[in-house]
Amino acid sequence: MSTHAITLADLLTLSGVLFALAVAGIFLNRKNVILLLMCVELLLLAANFNFIAFSRVSGDINGQVFVFFVLTVAAAESAIGLAILVVLFRERRSINVEDLNTLRG
Amino acid sequence: MLVQILFYIFGTLLVVCALGLITARNPVYSALFLVLCFFNSAVIWLLTGAEFLAIVLVLVYVGAVMVLFLFVVMMLDINVAELRRGFTRFAWLGWLTAAALVAEIVMVVWSHGRSGLDVARTPIPEPASYSNTAALGQVIYTRFAYPFELAAVLLLVAIVAAIALTMRHRQGLKVQDVSRQVSVRAADRVRIVKVKAEKRP
Repeated sequence: MSTHAITLADLLTLSGVLFALAVAGIFLNRKNVILLLMCVELLLLAANFNFIAFSRVSGDINGQVFVFFVLTVAAAESAIGLAILVVLFRERRSINVEDLNTLRG
Repeated sequence: MLVQILFYIFGTLLVVCALGLITARNPVYSALFLVLCFFNSAVIWLLTGAEFLAIVLVLVYVGAVMVLFLFVVMMLDINVAELRRGFTRFAWLGWLTAAALVAEIVMVVWSHGRSGLDVARTPIPEPASYSNTAALGQVIYTRFAYPFELAAVLLLVAIVAAIALTMRHRQGLKVQDVSRQVSVRAADRVRIVKVKAEKRP
């Protein structure tokens, strides 16, 4: 049976690779706020993979409920993040993170 | 076996799309790569047995959140060349961190049980009459009813916040102000002037 289905190791490795790529993306696109938001979405997706993997192999549905809540919070986060981004662009005509230094002494 | 082959195909596609997302030149391409990532993840979740969440991922993420992303990317006039400047400056650090993360995960997962985690386990097969959506609904509306309501309130707060942030009051715009219209009183509009009757000369 174990050779005919996806194992926990496969899912955990895939989610780990996805998480690492998202972290690398944050390093690469550190100036572009939109890309940073997209990389955060990818991070949350990788975390959700782990929740679903453990929920399915242990037969406990609570993990999937938690993924549901994570999706809700991530949707709210991206909506507010993009709203802030639009306001920021209206004020500064730029979304470069390096331009946001008003609080620097 | 078929499930495994499909898993490897879509898993490879997922990783390739994530790579495309983080290295694409144009933010629009990045957003489209992210859409493809979500589709591939939904397929893998389906293969794992989490059908409801797979559908929610496609409907909510691809249908709503990514459309929002695309709208914002296309609405803003971004100077991509300026944002790409110094792209490779900290790239080595990014790839190093990613490699370290992958190495750690692989060492834990493929350590043949030394980590105390039985990674050879597979998803527990469910009977043919099992409905993932029904099972989730039975938990969400009973045990997690209160967090569920809180999530709804959170979404409401997000809507209000997003609208309040982006709403703009332009001067000189001819719009109806309903509250002012309703609260107007006759004394504000009509002035009764007493005029004395005059005698005909």
